[in-house]
Amino acid sequence: MASTKLAERPAAGVRPSGTILEIKDLTVEFRTDSGKVAAVNGVSFDLKAGEIVGIVGESGSGKSQILMSLMGLLAKNGSASGSVKLRGQEILGMKDDELDKLRGASMSMIFQDPMTSLNPFLRVSTQLTEVLVKHRGMGKGEAMKRSIEMLDAVSIPDAAKRIRLYPHEFSGGMRQRVMISMALLCQPSILFADEPTTALDVTVQAQILDLMKDLAADLGTSVVLVTHDLGVVASLCDRVIVLYGGRIMESGPAETLFADPKHPYTRGLLASTPRLDEQTHGELHTIPGQPPAVATAALGCPFEPRCEFREARCKTVRPIIQDNGERTVACHVVSL
Amino acid sequence: MTTEPLLKIEDLKVHFPMKRRSLFGGERRWVKALDGVSFELAAGETLGIVGESGCGKSTLCRAVLRLVEPTGGRTVWLGKDFSELSGEDLRLERRNMQIIFQDPLASLDPRMTVRQIIERPLLNFPNKENAEERRRQVGDLMELVGLNKAWMDRYPHEFSGGQCQRIGIARALILKPKLLVCDEPVSALDVSVQAQIINLLMKLQKQLGLSYLFISHNLSVVRHISHRVMVLYLGKVMEIAERDDFYRRPLHPYSQALISAVPLPDPKLERTKPRMRLQGDLPSPLNPPSGCPFRTRCPRATEICAAEMPLLRDFGSGHVAACHHIEM
Repeated sequence: MASTKLAERPAAGVRPSGTILEIKDLTVEFRTDSGKVAAVNGVSFDLKAGEIVGIVGESGSGKSQILMSLMGLLAKNGSASGSVKLRGQEILGMKDDELDKLRGASMSMIFQDPMTSLNPFLRVSTQLTEVLVKHRGMGKGEAMKRSIEMLDAVSIPDAAKRIRLYPHEFSGGMRQRVMISMALLCQPSILFADEPTTALDVTVQAQILDLMKDLAADLGTSVVLVTHDLGVVASLCDRVIVLYGGRIMESGPAETLFADPKHPYTRGLLASTPRLDEQTHGELHTIPGQPPAVATAALGCPFEPRCEFREARCKTVRPIIQDNGERTVACHVVSL
Repeated sequence: MTTEPLLKIEDLKVHFPMKRRSLFGGERRWVKALDGVSFELAAGETLGIVGESGCGKSTLCRAVLRLVEPTGGRTVWLGKDFSELSGEDLRLERRNMQIIFQDPLASLDPRMTVRQIIERPLLNFPNKENAEERRRQVGDLMELVGLNKAWMDRYPHEFSGGQCQRIGIARALILKPKLLVCDEPVSALDVSVQAQIINLLMKLQKQLGLSYLFISHNLSVVRHISHRVMVLYLGKVMEIAERDDFYRRPLHPYSQALISAVPLPDPKLERTKPRMRLQGDLPSPLNPPSGCPFRTRCPRATEICAAEMPLLRDFGSGHVAACHHIEM
C-alpha cells in the first residue's frame, strides 16, 4: 500500500517543465451591500506539468477564492477578471457547458470537508461511475471496474465491496480517499486541493499527504494545494506562494523559501509557529494585530499595518514585484 | 513532588450508555470515552493533553470539572474529595476551576456586551461587589488580557477571533480561579494570532500562578506551552512524561507515530527525516480492540497485546508508558 510505506522518500525527481496553467493578473471581486470587495488582487503565477504548488495564507487571504475562480465555482455575487490559460486556452469567463467539459476531465478539485462534498444519499459507486459515464462515455460495467481500481489505488481495502457503501459509512480519512479517487478518475492534468487534510487527524493527514505525493508522481498530475499549514506545504510542495490580503507577498521553490524567507510576513509567520523539532523558550514571536477580514483596497502593501519594518512609502506606494527568475518578493524593504 | 498536588485524578471513568437494540434486547452497551485515567497536576503547572479525535480529551476536561458526571474514579482537589461534593458545596468549589473553549465566538452570548459577559460569573456567587466595583474589575481584566477597556460596552461580533478568545479568558479569570482548563484554545485561530494567545496564557500563568490542563491536537503548541505531556488513545493513558523527556525520547509507539506524523515547516528535513506511518484509522470506541487499544495500528503488536492491556510502567523520573514492548 502506497500510503503506509515505512521508508524515506527521496526528493522528487526531475519533472517535466512545460507550463500547463498560466494565471495572469487574476482578480476576484464580490458585490456586497457595502460595495465591491476584492478578495484576490492581481495574482499571477504559472503551473508546470507535474508540479505541486502550495498557496499558503491565513483566513481571508483569498487563497480558496483563487481555486474557486479557476474552477468556475465562484458564488453568484463574485466575478473574476484577468487571464487564466489552460494549455493556452483561455478559461476565465467560459460558459458553464464549455467548462463542464474541462471540470472533472482536465482539472478537478477536492475540498476540506469530505462529508459535505459527497452526496449522502448516493452510494459511492453511483458517485464515482457517474464521472466516467459522463466524461468518458463509458458503459456502467466498465465504469464500475475502473472505479474499483481507483479506490484500490488510493488504498481503500476491500474496494470491490466497499464501493457499495454510502459516504457516512466511511471514516474521515477514508472519505477523503474517496474524494481523491473521484477527482483522479479521469486522470486530470491538474488537481486543485483546498485544505485537503485540515479536518483530519495528524496520523491520517500523513497518510493522505503521502498518497497525494505518490499519485501526483505516478500520474504526472499537477497539484495546486491551498493551506494555512506551513508544515503541510513543506512536506508536499515543490513551489510555494505566500498570500496576504489577496496579493502574493513572496513565491519560490519550497526549499530555498523556507531556508531563507525574504518577506517580513513570511518571516513573521515562520517565527510565530512553535517548532516540534526544537524547544522554543519564552515568548513566541508575534505579528501584532490580525489579518484583514477582507482584502482592503489599500494603495500600498496590504501587510503594512502589521509590518515591523514598514516605511512611509509602504502605505502609499505598492511595492513592485522583484523577480529573479526563481523567486519573487513584493516588498520595499527587502531585496532578493 | 513533595507538596500536595492541586489536582489528583484517580482512575477516572466516563462511560456513556448506548441505546438498547430493543426493549428486552440483550446487555446494555457502553462507550468508554474515558477508561481509568489517573494523573496529577501541581500548582503553577501546565499539563498538555494530546491525542486524536475520539481519544477522550474533551470528555476529560468536562469530567474533571464535573460538567459530565464521571461513572467511576475520584477527583481530589486540594486534598479534598471533589467527586463527593454536591449542591452548594460543589458550586462554591467550582469557582476555583474555569474553562476556555475552542470556538471563541460561539462561546460568547451574542446578545450580551463584553462587560456583561466578563462580569457574569461574579453574579453567580454571594458577592459584595456593587456595579461600580464589577465594572472596575472588568476593566482591569480587559487590560490584563490585552483588550482596550473602552470597548467594554461593545458586542462580541465586533471583535476578531483572537480578541474573542481574550474575552473568554477574561471571563474565566474574573473569579480568580486556580485551575484553567483550556480545550483547544488556539485551534480555531490563524497562525499569527495563535502565537499572541499562547504568549498571553503563559504570561498569565506566571503572574497569577495558574495551573493549566491544556488540550490540543497540535503537538508543536503543546511542546512550547507544557511542563508535562499526557497522551491519550481511546480513553486510556498511553504515556505521561516531562516535556523535554517526552519530545526527545517518546517511549510509546503511538507517541512516536504522532510525533513522526507532524509535518515540519522545513522541506529539507521533511524529505530526509525517518518516517513511521500508521495504517488505518482510530478503531470505533463502540467496539474497541481487546487488550491494548492501539494494537490494531501498532507496528510492534504481538499476541500478548491482544490478550492483556499493558499497565503503565515507570521508566524513570516520572516517565510512564503503557506498552508491553518497551525495554526497561
